[in-house]
Amino acid sequence: MTLAHLPALVVVVPLIAAPLIVLLRRSTAAWAIALAACAFSFAAALLLAAEVLAAGAISYHLGSWPPPWGIEYRVDALSAYVLVLVSGIGMVTALYAWRSIAAELPRDQLYLFYALYCLCLSGLLGMTVTGDAFNLFVFMEIASLSSYVLIALGRHRRALLAAYQYLILGTIGATFYVIGVGLLYLMTGTLNIADIAERLPQAGNPRAVLAALAFITVGVSLKLALFPLHFWLPNAYAHAPSAVTAFLAATATKVAVYVLLRFYFGIFGFRLVTESLPMPEILLALSVVAIVSASLVALWQADLKRLFAYSSVAQIGYITLGIGMASREGLTAAVAHLFNHGITKGALFLLVGGIALRAGSASFDAVRGLGRRMPLTSLGIVIAGLSLIGVPGTAGFTSKWYLVLGAIGAGRWWLAALIVLTSLIALAYVWRFVEAAYLSEPGARTPEAGEAPAAMLAPAWLLVAACVYFGFETSFNIGGAARAAALLLGGVP
Amino acid sequence: MSALGHYSYWITVLLMVAGLYIVIARGNLVKKLIGLSIFQTSVYLLYIAPGKLVGGTAPIVADGFKLYSNPLPHVLILTAIVVGVATLALGLALAVRIREAYGSIEEDEILAADRDSEGRA
Repeated sequence: MTLAHLPALVVVVPLIAAPLIVLLRRSTAAWAIALAACAFSFAAALLLAAEVLAAGAISYHLGSWPPPWGIEYRVDALSAYVLVLVSGIGMVTALYAWRSIAAELPRDQLYLFYALYCLCLSGLLGMTVTGDAFNLFVFMEIASLSSYVLIALGRHRRALLAAYQYLILGTIGATFYVIGVGLLYLMTGTLNIADIAERLPQAGNPRAVLAALAFITVGVSLKLALFPLHFWLPNAYAHAPSAVTAFLAATATKVAVYVLLRFYFGIFGFRLVTESLPMPEILLALSVVAIVSASLVALWQADLKRLFAYSSVAQIGYITLGIGMASREGLTAAVAHLFNHGITKGALFLLVGGIALRAGSASFDAVRGLGRRMPLTSLGIVIAGLSLIGVPGTAGFTSKWYLVLGAIGAGRWWLAALIVLTSLIALAYVWRFVEAAYLSEPGARTPEAGEAPAAMLAPAWLLVAACVYFGFETSFNIGGAARAAALLLGGVP
Repeated sequence: MSALGHYSYWITVLLMVAGLYIVIARGNLVKKLIGLSIFQTSVYLLYIAPGKLVGGTAPIVADGFKLYSNPLPHVLILTAIVVGVATLALGLALAVRIREAYGSIEEDEILAADRDSEGRA
């Protein structure tokens, strides 16, 4: 029965689509196969999420070898949630990429883009689904290597340097992760995540366990773009092709957050993380610096893509702030913001990609007077910007609400005030766009009147609509996040 | 075991730190990749050295032997080596493309070229 194999198929179908696309070479067929693979993964993710909601966690044994000797794929409330986000964004961006990438890459290279896109999606989905720590490293590198190439496909030569810098930092991060897993393996003798969690309390040397925690934190934080390990992100997002920026901004860092959550609460356990090392305080401090400094830097950017890239660093700060609170509300906020920020940034970068297509660049010179010439795009950016700020009625508000609740619940009033204040900074940089688009006269670089192609505008507006929809109908994004947080905290109140 | 008996781990630490230092301190793109490779090699040693148990024989079941060395780290490191090779190949390909686009593989010259073109644009 194929339904029983869905946990494996959700990863394997895009993985097989990639060499198929390389063999076929024709660009239309390449896009069709990529879209079919993404659609299959999305449908599989939805089915898995429904089944996890109904029947609890799914454990799939690869090759029918029982864990802990074989590799186990484990779909529970948290991984199903992230699966839906990643595969959904994958499908929407694949729809968008048809016109967007065709304008940025020569026709004979299009099939290579779609092959790498499928590989990246497969790697990210594999990271989410697997229950084996080393298997996670393999998928992490599959996703990372393909994303380095995807970024390098950008038009400007700076994309090459951005990809190279990301390669160096990303590989260091992955290697730190491997060192951490190696130390865990030496302490427990197993690589299966659930098994490590069981055996770790009886492990002998607490210093080795703490060292493993430290290495894994630093390694995953490099992939997460947690301050001060975020330096690769602005260049990579600014110079990559528009579809790639949207895809990576909405998924890659979120899956890294998932890995962090899985290791902190699924393996090391709440007590170890909060008591043995001052992890919550460290995360809190780094998150606050990330949010404040990245939001302020975003205010000064001359290019829309760089502005929203720095905004991403700040929003990831909100997610790690929720993790640092280490409470039920904090974790719910972190997981919910993972989803909400994914769809918000996805919508923003897809719309900015439309501007980049029409104007040739996404700098503020090209945005002056855009409100009249590309009204739908500008309106979409304003609505998604409202979600970024956290205005009630949008998805961004729902997760920020839980963040503030968590801060107040922990008695940290200054933190709640800080969250509101930094949202005002976000308001300032969204206002920069509104001022340029609606209150300025069109400049020399502003494109002629006319929207981006419908094939690009429709997926972007789908995500914008999702931003508003999930602001009101929160049963999935908040409910799923609450279930995931409950799962992670186990019995801890 | 004495401190000297743990020589594998001292070498691991030395390679790790040397590799990271090269990545940070050298501006040449190819040299950075070499540093990265050295860093990754230290991790291979970190996995394999504990796999050899004291008094353990090769992991092939045979009569008369009770203690076998652990074969799993070798499997994991084969995977990691492949990943390392792929990363190195990709990094070198990027270095070739950067050389074609900028005419140099020294990071400070490349960054200066970017600053100049940004100033002119």
